[in-house]
Amino acid sequence: MTLTHIVFLILAGLALAGAVGMVALRNLVHMVLAMVLAFLAVAGVFILLEAGFVAVVQILIYVGALAVLVLFAIMLTRDIMDRRVRANASQWPWALLVAVALFALLSAILLRTSWPTATTAITGDQVVALGEALVGPYALPFEAASVLLLVAMIGAILIAREARR
Amino acid sequence: MIPLSWYLVFAAALFCIGLYGVLARRHAIGLLMGVELMLNAANINLVAFERYMAPNGLAGQLFVIFNITVAAAEAAVGLALIIAIYRSRNTVAVEEVDLLRG
Repeated sequence: MTLTHIVFLILAGLALAGAVGMVALRNLVHMVLAMVLAFLAVAGVFILLEAGFVAVVQILIYVGALAVLVLFAIMLTRDIMDRRVRANASQWPWALLVAVALFALLSAILLRTSWPTATTAITGDQVVALGEALVGPYALPFEAASVLLLVAMIGAILIAREARR
Repeated sequence: MIPLSWYLVFAAALFCIGLYGVLARRHAIGLLMGVELMLNAANINLVAFERYMAPNGLAGQLFVIFNITVAAAEAAVGLALIIAIYRSRNTVAVEEVDLLRG
């Protein structure tokens, strides 16, 4: 049990606590705060995996942009904190059963498989390599992703726009 | 070094919590956040496999970046749809949006 193990366990615990809060809390604003906790802890796990750029992107997009976007959507739709409204659909016991069964199956498979344990150290600057890959061999997917973002932006504006009468 | 299976079990737990959120929540925004949690679990797996199987390859991290791009696009369009549905039906509970039910 080294320090890395302890840090991983703390981060995983925080992420799982945030995730459980996300699906269990009934107040939507509290739910977004739990989501921020979970996503920040996941960014920490990325840092443990020595993927610094992905961790920063995770914090920028999920904690920064997505949380603000969801908060705006919550503020634009009313009566969500109404105490009389149920938070869960009527099929929630089945949902719980499916989720627990899938987790039992997955963890049984994952713990029985023998994974490679020996790892080599990372050499060189990964951020430089990522940037070069995005304009080199991965230029086409990169451009496709930017077109996707543009289409999503235009689509979101068109869908959410108030219809003129 | 942390065993790879720890990361995988952690990601599986996160995925299953997200799945429960998608199946059980009544509020459309709750559903959307469950999907984001599942995508995040997949991202952890991608980075973990890259770190342990091909430490100097970049495919895993690049895939995660594209994954986050798609997730952001999905969230933007999804929230716009929720706002549009709220405007026309005055509700965001997924059970009450049943225009196509026969």
